[in-house]
Amino acid sequence: MNKLVMTLAALLLAPLVALAAGDAVKLDRAPIDERDALSLQRGARHFVNYCLNCHGANYMRYNRLQDIGLSEQQILDNLVFTGVKVGDLMKTAMDPKDAKEWFGTAPPDLTVTARSRASHAGSGADWLYTYLRGFYRDASRPSGWNNTVYPNVAMPHVLWELQGEQVLKAATVQGPGYPVEVQKLEIARPGTLTPLEYDRMVADLVNYLHYMAEPARADRKLIGVYVLAFLALMWGLAYLLKKEYWKDVH
Amino acid sequence: MAASPKQPVAFSGLGPLNGAMSGLLTWVDQRFPLMSLWRDHLAEYYAPKNFNFWYFFGGLAMLVLVLQIATGIFLTMHYKPDASQAFASVEYIMRDVPGGWLIRYMHSTGASAFFIVVYLHMFRGLMYGSYRKPRELIWIFGMLIYLCLMAEAFFGYLLPWGQMSYWGAQVIVNLFNALPVIGPDLSVWIRGDYVVSDATLNRFFAFHVIAIPLVLLGLVAAHIMALHEVGSNNPDGVEIKKTLDARGRPVDGIPFHPYYTVKDTLGVVVFLFAFCVILFFLPEMGGYFLEYNNFIPADPLKTPPHIAPVWYFTPYYSILRAVTEDFMWPLALGVAAYAALILFTARGCLVKIVALLVAPVVILLMKGPLAFEAKVWGVVLMGVATLIFFLLPWLDQSPVKSIRYKGPLTKWSLGIFVVTFLALGYLGTLTVTEGRTVMAQIFTFIYFAYFLLMPWYTTMEKTRPEPARVTM
Repeated sequence: MNKLVMTLAALLLAPLVALAAGDAVKLDRAPIDERDALSLQRGARHFVNYCLNCHGANYMRYNRLQDIGLSEQQILDNLVFTGVKVGDLMKTAMDPKDAKEWFGTAPPDLTVTARSRASHAGSGADWLYTYLRGFYRDASRPSGWNNTVYPNVAMPHVLWELQGEQVLKAATVQGPGYPVEVQKLEIARPGTLTPLEYDRMVADLVNYLHYMAEPARADRKLIGVYVLAFLALMWGLAYLLKKEYWKDVH
Repeated sequence: MAASPKQPVAFSGLGPLNGAMSGLLTWVDQRFPLMSLWRDHLAEYYAPKNFNFWYFFGGLAMLVLVLQIATGIFLTMHYKPDASQAFASVEYIMRDVPGGWLIRYMHSTGASAFFIVVYLHMFRGLMYGSYRKPRELIWIFGMLIYLCLMAEAFFGYLLPWGQMSYWGAQVIVNLFNALPVIGPDLSVWIRGDYVVSDATLNRFFAFHVIAIPLVLLGLVAAHIMALHEVGSNNPDGVEIKKTLDARGRPVDGIPFHPYYTVKDTLGVVVFLFAFCVILFFLPEMGGYFLEYNNFIPADPLKTPPHIAPVWYFTPYYSILRAVTEDFMWPLALGVAAYAALILFTARGCLVKIVALLVAPVVILLMKGPLAFEAKVWGVVLMGVATLIFFLLPWLDQSPVKSIRYKGPLTKWSLGIFVVTFLALGYLGTLTVTEGRTVMAQIFTFIYFAYFLLMPWYTTMEKTRPEPARVTM
């Protein structure tokens, strides 16, 4: 029977696998560590400094940031600029109507972006990490900016002073036996950060966005370990009980 | 009518409290059929002793049902069935409600787990002929449960009010649009609006939390009552009630309690382990249990480029998409060939007359001057694909029940059917290309052939004799 099943599966599923290969955008792997509290705190600061002016995080409360090692006072002193209470949601000050007029579309809420941007090409964090490093100068766009991951994006490059200005250049590289035409990003005018520092900064920001998308993640994994350990013990007991009861069934 | 006097209940196992417990149970038993229920359904319900791995899934389905109801009650305490608040209230549960994330993940993982155990439970039935006489009603109740489960999952999936919730519901309700004459009015009636909206969300909520669960519970009770009336089938497909001991008990049966309660406990622990691995470490299950796009709030103005239903609906979704205009000729030819097969080889006059009358009408409606559009047939075929399981007790004409004693034709057919079901499911998660549509069309043919040709291949093949007693 097993052999039969294997043969059938191999015969019928082989063409499906071939069909599944699709056109995926190549994403860089986000070098993030969800247990690194300092990185998360730096990321939170970048988030309120650069993102929260236009984007909201309407499902996230400021005081939840105690998760990443900040006290309520530290949160109020360093992260709350709009005079709201520490238990309030992280809303943006920008009016969505103005935003629509300025950018053509209201900036999306960022609370769960790190989850919604996941795909079979990579995690949401990978997408964000590649996206925030993928802006380049494009005179044909109203904002003057375009993006390799998100073509014709409405958002201008907010972090350009830090990263500098990139341009997209065609280059020929040696492929597997033949030359291949590729598009490469190049820094045309440097910013205040070196490329390495900029990548590090974006990684912190993405680490924070990844945390904010599911603040319970750390608890979830920790509790999960205990639950599985309990179930493993329980399995031993259940196994012995079953063996004892069934010893006279033949 | 005076109740017949009952024997006092003797209780042991609590030491000094035995007397008090016996008194209490006697008091209850004289007013409620406590002891007879206990005996009929647990302590003296005789189940075959040779249940194998596949017999865990009925009990597990019951466990998941309880889990879904319990977690659902707590979710309802915080969820807001309001188009402007629904998405935010789910995130509120995930963040601000203590333990809310756990309850929500249990519910979302439970939805997929429910279908996994139910599909495995149904596969068990297919393998061992559990639908065969005298268990036709158990199978029919079970199929009704499966239909309710699909409705329950469909209604529930709208509630988080994400993009996939919204557009998935839009696509499915629009299917009714395709029906001739009443279609457009029917779909408006289902939605309560011209598009999926707040009105739709409210009624789907009502169906999800009360209407369907009520029906589901009633059907589960009927399923189990019918099962306990005729007794369980087993991997050998032989009736244990045919061989009784001196006291009239099946020789190959063992009391459900304690034997299967302790054995099922073991199965429950293993199931919960797998369940918790997903729940705590992979709650999105790679986008199959929680679709990534569903973390974007519903936007009626932005259609997602790729709308995929959740995995447990994808086999049927594939069949729906497979029926294109090009597919109508092969389909009509298939119907003609099937009618010819019945006319030339079937026994029985009635079935031939039905084939002679129905087939020309169907073929004319597929390819004649008054033919329906292909998408109508897509909806029809999708419906038939789910309903055709009901006919299994009558399609299977084999002299034996279990796959163990059936011939190679049945074994191969079942194997091919499982691969077909999985392949259709997989194709249903992907975007449409020409190659994939052709594959889905081939698999659609195989899917229906498994059922429709069953009366032939189960009688043509050489079966092995069933044993008189079960084998361990």
